[in-house]
Amino acid sequence: MAIKSPPNPAPILTSLQPAKGKLTSQLKQKLGFGLLTAVSTFTVLPIIALGIFILVQGIPSISWEFITGYPREGMRAGGILPAIVGTFYLTLGTAIFSVPPGIAAAIYLSEYAAENRFTRLIRIAMINLSGIPSVVYGLFGLGLFVLFLQFGSSILAASLTLSIMTLPVIISATEEALRSVPQSFRVVSISLGASRWQTIWRIVLPQSLPGIITGVILGLERAAGETAPILFTGAAFFLPRLPTSPMDETMALPYHLFVISTQVPGMPVQIQYGTVLVLLVFVLGMNLTATVIRSRARARRQW
Amino acid sequence: MVNIVMEKIVIDNLSIQYSDGVESLQGINLKIPANAVTVLFGPAGGGKSTLLRTINRLNDLADVAKCQGRVLIDGENILEPDTDVINLRRKVGMVFSRPVPLPLSISKNISYALEVAGERNKARLEEKVERALRQVALWDEVYDRLNDPAIALSGGQQQRLCLARVMALEPEIILLDEPTSALDPISTAKIETLLKELSASITIILAPHNTQQAARMADYAAFLLQGELIEFGKGQDLFLNPTDKRTADYVRGRFG
Repeated sequence: MAIKSPPNPAPILTSLQPAKGKLTSQLKQKLGFGLLTAVSTFTVLPIIALGIFILVQGIPSISWEFITGYPREGMRAGGILPAIVGTFYLTLGTAIFSVPPGIAAAIYLSEYAAENRFTRLIRIAMINLSGIPSVVYGLFGLGLFVLFLQFGSSILAASLTLSIMTLPVIISATEEALRSVPQSFRVVSISLGASRWQTIWRIVLPQSLPGIITGVILGLERAAGETAPILFTGAAFFLPRLPTSPMDETMALPYHLFVISTQVPGMPVQIQYGTVLVLLVFVLGMNLTATVIRSRARARRQW
Repeated sequence: MVNIVMEKIVIDNLSIQYSDGVESLQGINLKIPANAVTVLFGPAGGGKSTLLRTINRLNDLADVAKCQGRVLIDGENILEPDTDVINLRRKVGMVFSRPVPLPLSISKNISYALEVAGERNKARLEEKVERALRQVALWDEVYDRLNDPAIALSGGQQQRLCLARVMALEPEIILLDEPTSALDPISTAKIETLLKELSASITIILAPHNTQQAARMADYAAFLLQGELIEFGKGQDLFLNPTDKRTADYVRGRFG
């Protein structure tokens, strides 16, 4: 059934029609939204442009040899395998040293610790730690791990340095994931005769696991892309072999990139773009994994 | 024993104050008979929830600043610091105002309490799950989807599941804090019938969500007003011939 409009609009409606030559509120709203859309497009554009540019410039230099080969001719030819493997080892090492204590600390803060001066101090420390420039972590790692603990410039020292930098990220992400689990689950579980730990282990942790994994990956992703913290603690300028122990130095993608862009004269630009592309794929791959885990968990979540 | 009825719980001069200064209970003295439905009723803020949560020490989770007096279950003061609270909570089950199924399957929701108590035997767990579900008349509705998430059940079914979850531990006492406040009348009637049946062998303490339910359910009733126990007696006596004017006014709907 079609609704017919009256032949003549009721006179009262005329007062709602826009006065000529004036900005009506509707028009203002349209203008405002248009402006916001334009601004957000402009902020995203450089990122997209950067991605496309690197992709276009970098793809020609990607080859089997580039991924699996060793650098030759003073890094001006050959592959970047030692850097790829090195970054993988450093990320793995960082995960080993930062994930278990990070999650443990978050469980303590979120589930056990009372809100008091001590926990407030921990939180303030965490916020400030994440604001420290990464080169300071590098110098700290040099002082503590390389020199004082005599690990030397090594994967071990570099991983530990990166772990300290990553810890605050992992702790706060995990804490947030734990806190997002409804309090009522905890109360019910306790009321059924479960201990606090059983409640955490059987209910709270499984429910917050996707959030924890996401936070962990994002923290590690940052560690994987950092140059400054590993500069003095474990990164090698050039190493024509793979590291064989945690006490070895290693090449790493971000540092390698720094080296070939600034320290080696006559460096072919394709190799630089190729290296950037590999690093980006590595880091964005981790990011994508985190996103997939998060959205899957959200779809499955029951509360 | 002077009384004919056996007392399951004796509350002796219990006062509780929260750390925000709210005095929730003031010198409560109450003897709760075994194997009957005792109703705690009164307007909001009267201390019903606090009293319930003290009986299974769930109030340990809250910010209690001061807790004085004794709560004796079978003669034993459960407010002692060395009370085994986990064992206590297995003996004293609790159903909350909103059904909160744990984020697990239907059967896991019920076996959860048994599993955390250390039961590993699968056959025994299955048997207890079935028995608990039959006790709350839920078995016929869910027997073919025990592994589905419990959240898929309707509100009324969820609340019966929560009751079954408590029943699986074979408790001596069940505390219910407005268990039907989120349910439709049919589901409410089912729960009420169940509670009446269960009260033959279990001590039930119920904070009803309205006075009508209080009147329907009460074998015994206690009227709580602003943290004080105004009157306690047999359900009929209290609702038909209240002795205290405040009880009478509340029961007749003059305030609340």
